[in-house]
Amino acid sequence: MPVSQQSLSRSINATLRRVPAWPIYIIGAAWAGWLFYLGLTGGLGPEPINALERRYGEVALQLLVAGLFVTPLRTWTGVNLVKFRRALGLTAFFYVLAHFLVWAVLDLRSLARIGEEIVKRPYITIGFAAFLLLIPLALTSNNISIKRLGAATWRKLHRLTYPAVLLGAIHYIWLVKGYPIEPFIYAAVIVGLLLVRLRWTRLRSATA
Amino acid sequence: AAVTGAMPASRASAQALEPNTLEEISSYNNFYEFGWNKTDPADHAHAMVTSPWSISIDGMVDRPGTYTLEQLLEGLDIEERIYRFRCVEAWSMVVPWNGVELADVLAKAGVQSSARFVAFETTVQPDVMPGVRGRIIPFPYVEGLRLDEAQHPLTMLATGIYGDPMPKQNGAPIRLVVPWKYGFKSIKSIVRITLTDEQPPTTWNRLNAREYGFYSNVNPTVDHPRWSQASERKIGGGLFARRQDTLMFNGYEDQVASLYAGMDLREDY
Repeated sequence: MPVSQQSLSRSINATLRRVPAWPIYIIGAAWAGWLFYLGLTGGLGPEPINALERRYGEVALQLLVAGLFVTPLRTWTGVNLVKFRRALGLTAFFYVLAHFLVWAVLDLRSLARIGEEIVKRPYITIGFAAFLLLIPLALTSNNISIKRLGAATWRKLHRLTYPAVLLGAIHYIWLVKGYPIEPFIYAAVIVGLLLVRLRWTRLRSATA
Repeated sequence: AAVTGAMPASRASAQALEPNTLEEISSYNNFYEFGWNKTDPADHAHAMVTSPWSISIDGMVDRPGTYTLEQLLEGLDIEERIYRFRCVEAWSMVVPWNGVELADVLAKAGVQSSARFVAFETTVQPDVMPGVRGRIIPFPYVEGLRLDEAQHPLTMLATGIYGDPMPKQNGAPIRLVVPWKYGFKSIKSIVRITLTDEQPPTTWNRLNAREYGFYSNVNPTVDHPRWSQASERKIGGGLFARRQDTLMFNGYEDQVASLYAGMDLREDY
């Protein structure tokens, strides 16, 4: 990294140290509430259940992608957003949960139907699998859990993010009619971010 | 003459049809010439040129040629018909269409006895159609019906909704309405009709034959490969509206089931 960039990232990091992470939760919750309000009042069009399902799902994917960017950003530019990653991840999980609840509670409204859809429809199966994978991560996204599990185990556990995000990307591609561009962009970015990690792992094991 | 519902004996007519508002009908559309999103047609279709309009009718007809809209409608009564509209994506509306029976328009061109299918084509106006410019699916959009389906009295060419001219995003100035089939069969903004003896290619079938059959009759017992067709959500119910059960042939079973006697609807989906 060139010296000028190093000093730039240092000063950015110094500023970031003064920015707290908690507003991410507040903004995340407020945005979810705002979308729900829009759905209630016609702001999401005449089919608000589908629109809300879609919007929550998209925000969840965006936040998960943002979380995946934290490490490469630090490696490539030196800018350190690690202190925000927990908030990004937990807010993403909150949106996945909201996405799931709109589908289950507002849309299907029957346990039998929910079970049937999860079993019968592959895109729902993998979406649900991604949701399940994220649950232990959400439950252990706190300092006590890190201490209890030990940092190494905790880190290993949280690699579940990778399959979860990948499943989320496939879930999106699989549910649309035709071939609109957005789901493929998400998938490409996610696959790219995962490949970068794969390369790092290879490099590490090669130099070890 | 107002033929409201046009299906007195039908099981489905037991429940009165509550038409959607014009606002709902004209703000939630699939019209891929204008983009992927449901709001794209309402956002972009205003620029589509719909006047003057003519349709060329060719193939196995006695009087092929280019017919102006006025010529096609001349002497025919514009009827109001309130039909259920069921999208393959499992949402639905109830639309009060104004229009004429397709059979009457076809008769003007004189259908020859050799004809067995009718093919339709949508206008292509790249300058005002972002989806066409982006080639998001192959254009022109094409659809087709078996001749007996096309000549069925429920099948109409619609020119309006709620007594107003057809909104552009809904397929102005003239579109097909086949109420017992998934919505994508009801091709919009028609510029060409061809009578033929071979089953014509249809857009979604070409894109994904496993998911979208030539017939595409509304059928709650045959699921789309990726989602259930057993129920649907009626547009406009808000956040707390329940799904409703999808009806066989979209509620027009009594009128159209005989068209498919002896066919395996799982095979010919």
